[in-house]
Amino acid sequence: MPRSDVPYPLPLPPFQELLDAHGRDVHRFLQSLVGQDADDCYQETWIAALRAYPRLRDASNLRGWILTVAHRKAIDRIRARRREPVPVHELPERGAPDRGFEPGDDGLWAAVAVLPDKQRAAVALRFVLDAAYAEVASVMGTSEEAARRNVHEGLKRLRTEYAQ
Amino acid sequence: MSSLERKLRGGVPGPGGGSPPPIDAAAAAAGLLDVAYATLDSPLGRLLVAVTPRGLVRLAYLDAGEDEDAVLVDLAARVSPRVLASAPPVDAARRELDEYFERRRTEFEIPIDWRLTHGFGRRVLRATERIPYGGVSSYKLIASEAGSPRGFRAAGNALGANPIPIVVPCHRVLLTGGKLGGYGGGLERKRVLLALERQLSERP
Repeated sequence: MPRSDVPYPLPLPPFQELLDAHGRDVHRFLQSLVGQDADDCYQETWIAALRAYPRLRDASNLRGWILTVAHRKAIDRIRARRREPVPVHELPERGAPDRGFEPGDDGLWAAVAVLPDKQRAAVALRFVLDAAYAEVASVMGTSEEAARRNVHEGLKRLRTEYAQ
Repeated sequence: MSSLERKLRGGVPGPGGGSPPPIDAAAAAAGLLDVAYATLDSPLGRLLVAVTPRGLVRLAYLDAGEDEDAVLVDLAARVSPRVLASAPPVDAARRELDEYFERRRTEFEIPIDWRLTHGFGRRVLRATERIPYGGVSSYKLIASEAGSPRGFRAAGNALGANPIPIVVPCHRVLLTGGKLGGYGGGLERKRVLLALERQLSERP
C-alpha cells in the first residue's frame, strides 16, 4: 500500500494511464461547464497537463490535479466568452451571455451555464462527477464548507430558474 | 434525490454520446509526445512498439511474458512519463516489421533510439546490429567486437536484455558450435526468425 508519508515521491505513471482513467470524467465535467466548447477545452486541458507532467512533484492525487487543470481551462474559456462581443440577435433575455448548449437539453444546462462560476463548477463536480465535498473543495481550491455552500446555492438557484 | 439532481447526474446530453476527442495529434504538434506506442499483431504474437522523436526505442513481445503495463511503466521511468498511445509515429516501424515478416525486407531503415542501452551492453547490441540478414554470429565473436573477448557471458546478458529485438537482431547470435543459446522471447521465436531469414537468403 502506498503511504502518504513516504520520504520519496511516487513515480509518475505513463501519461496514457491518466488519460484512460480520467479522460471520460474530464470531458463530462467540461461539457457541463462550457457546452460545445468542451472538446477544445478538453484538448487544452490535457496539453497543459502533459506540458507540466514531468515536473509534477506529487503523484498521489492525479485525478484531483487533472480536474483542477480542467476547471482552470473552463474558467478561462468562460471569461474569454464574456469579453467577446455578442451579436444583438443572440442576446439572451437575462443572465450572462453564455452560449454553447444545444436547445435539445430542455434548458437545464443552459440554466447551469448562467450560474455564478463557483456554483456551476461545484454543482458539476458534485453531481456530474459524483465527487465528495472534499474533492469539490480540493479541485476548486476552497474550504469544504465553501464547497457545500456553493453546491447548495447552485441547486437552490437552479430550482428557481429551471422550470422543472 | 430530487429529479433535478438525477438529471444533473446524467450529464450533458451530447451529440454522438459526446465521447472525448483524441489528444495525441495535438500532443505531437506541441512537441510533447516523448514516447508514442502502439500494439500490433505479428506472426510472433502481439508486439508493443514504442518510438521517441529520435527513433525506435522499445519493442516487446507481449505474448512472451512481457506485460504491456509493465513495459509502459518502465518507459515512463527511464525515458519520459509523457507516454501516449498514438499510431502515426509508429507507422514507419509497423510497415517495416510487416514487410520483414512477409520476407519483403531484409534491412530495417527506421532510426533507433539507443537510450535504453549503456556501456558494454550498447556496444554488444551495436555489433549485433551489423550481423547481416540470414547470417549468424556467436556470443564470443560479438563480445570481442564489443571490445571484451572474454566477456561472452556479459554479452549474453546484454543480448537477453535487448530492448529492441527483431530490429536489433539478437536472434542471429548463437553459441559457438551453432547451438541456439537463449532468447528473450523464448527459443521458439528465435527458431522462427532464423528460419524466416534462411528461406529468403538461400533462394537462388
